[in-house]
Amino acid sequence: MSAAATATSSPAATTPAIVVRDLVKTYAGHPAVRGVSFEVAQGEIIGLLGPNGAGKSTTLRILTGFLPATSGRVTVCGVDVASDPSAVKTRLGYMPENNPLPEDMRVGEYLYLRGRLKGLTRRKLAPRLDEVVHLCDLGRVRDRIIGKLSKGYRQRVGIADAILAEPPLIIMDEPTIGLDPHQILAVRDLIGSLRGRMTVLISSHILPEIEVTCDRVLIINQGRVVASGAPSELRREFFGHGHYEIDLAGPLEHLPAALADVHPGLALVSTSAADQGGFVTLRLTAPPEAEDLREALVQALARGGRFRLRALGRSRHTLEEVFLAATQPKAA
Amino acid sequence: MRSFRILLAHEIRMLLVSPATYIAATLFLLVMGFVFAGILETFAAAPQEGSPASVFFQLFWIPVFFMVPLLTMKSLAEERRLGTLETLLTAPVTTPQIVLAKFFAAYALYLGLWAATGGFFYILHWFAGTAQGPDLAPLIGGYLFIAVSGTLFVAIGILASALTRNQAVAGILAFVLLLTLVIGTRFAATLEVLKLEHLAGLRSAVDYLQVFTHLEDFTRGVVDTRQILYHLSGASLALILGMLGVEAKLLHS
Repeated sequence: MSAAATATSSPAATTPAIVVRDLVKTYAGHPAVRGVSFEVAQGEIIGLLGPNGAGKSTTLRILTGFLPATSGRVTVCGVDVASDPSAVKTRLGYMPENNPLPEDMRVGEYLYLRGRLKGLTRRKLAPRLDEVVHLCDLGRVRDRIIGKLSKGYRQRVGIADAILAEPPLIIMDEPTIGLDPHQILAVRDLIGSLRGRMTVLISSHILPEIEVTCDRVLIINQGRVVASGAPSELRREFFGHGHYEIDLAGPLEHLPAALADVHPGLALVSTSAADQGGFVTLRLTAPPEAEDLREALVQALARGGRFRLRALGRSRHTLEEVFLAATQPKAA
Repeated sequence: MRSFRILLAHEIRMLLVSPATYIAATLFLLVMGFVFAGILETFAAAPQEGSPASVFFQLFWIPVFFMVPLLTMKSLAEERRLGTLETLLTAPVTTPQIVLAKFFAAYALYLGLWAATGGFFYILHWFAGTAQGPDLAPLIGGYLFIAVSGTLFVAIGILASALTRNQAVAGILAFVLLLTLVIGTRFAATLEVLKLEHLAGLRSAVDYLQVFTHLEDFTRGVVDTRQILYHLSGASLALILGMLGVEAKLLHS
């Protein structure tokens, strides 16, 4: 049961965290977002992917009420962004692109100010501040000036600010940019820990990131949604599931006949040169309607003892390939 | 209102911890101290008309030209340059709240610095050792003028800061605008063209715009509501334009 299916099949149970309908934004006649529509259920973690200039940041900014849309309708937790921006602002935590922070404040002071601005009372804010500082591992820099922090710490201050008031929706524009692998891991865990409690919408270029953290991915290109769904669904949508990789030694001239026995539509895509043990790596594709042929393949190839089979697997397409396939120019 | 109070407290705090504030304050008190000492010397050398206070407030424009840009140029320009305006505006805060908080913080500091010059008069009175107190009327009138005109000057500084993301540009713009307002109107009033019969309306308008004429009234102890209205409405206009400037820049950012 994928999150995508939940989002579309339960309209009345809970109001969706985000509903975007035919969103259009033009900058001085130049379109940045052209007719984007999507929906995000509460508690989902959504990744927004797209090449530079695809309209990701613009879409996020419109969601926060920071920028007005040219046309279209955006609601956050059931509240219309255009007609009631102040109500929307209390419901979300936002970390903008490049994570702007004041240079001349201390981390603790800044988070305290942000908490107060977001409507937390002094009494609630103090324990919450300790909690967030602990959660984002900012304890050691709490009394340091923000302008003197490293990129990783600055990024975490931004994330701490976004989750500070425990809003139902968190929007982060490129939260892991400029972080080292350890920190990326920490941020990923942090986002994972919000799962179920808060709805999280993040944009990123780092595809493995999105793949690990997000329930669902939206790919945006040239101002339009070109693909949406769980990473596994997207893989199937763009590549089918009939891709197999086989390491094999034996008389290759008998192979086509053996393959035809398994499934008539099975085709050999590529054959590598034989290695020292005489094994070659073959890539096969099956038509999209065929089901999983792995077991049948193993049996067919082992039969008669002509072939020696070393490995067989379904080739995994990374989200990267999905991304490239979804965002390539449509001319081809 | 709550957000405004929090923002105002924050702004004042940031001004008080900023070294630039103390540099500006020291410079201000030094310059005004020298000006005051100079005035006293002239009064000591030969009898003069008026009181030292009225002459002192005549020179209000000296600190206005460098203090106001220094105090205000950073306010909105820096927020925009760093992009923190975006984080601020996505918290439950509105543009007017931000602009007004910046304005009142800078205005409070401006008043505070001028209030410090009150010490000059106290010291003078103390050393003069005269039995009767100082002539309070021009003093009160002078400080009232500073407080009222300060709203307009500081608002102009905030407006300049709202129009650009570069602090230096904001500072120079504020300087030019203040120069035009204080010196420019005085110069315009002396133009021969305005003496023509059918330009009488324009001439009275330019006279009304002159900050110096207002000052004279105030130091003589005449508090004219028209002049208070002039500065307060001018300040409101500048602040509204500043808010529009911030929002317009967002639309085209």
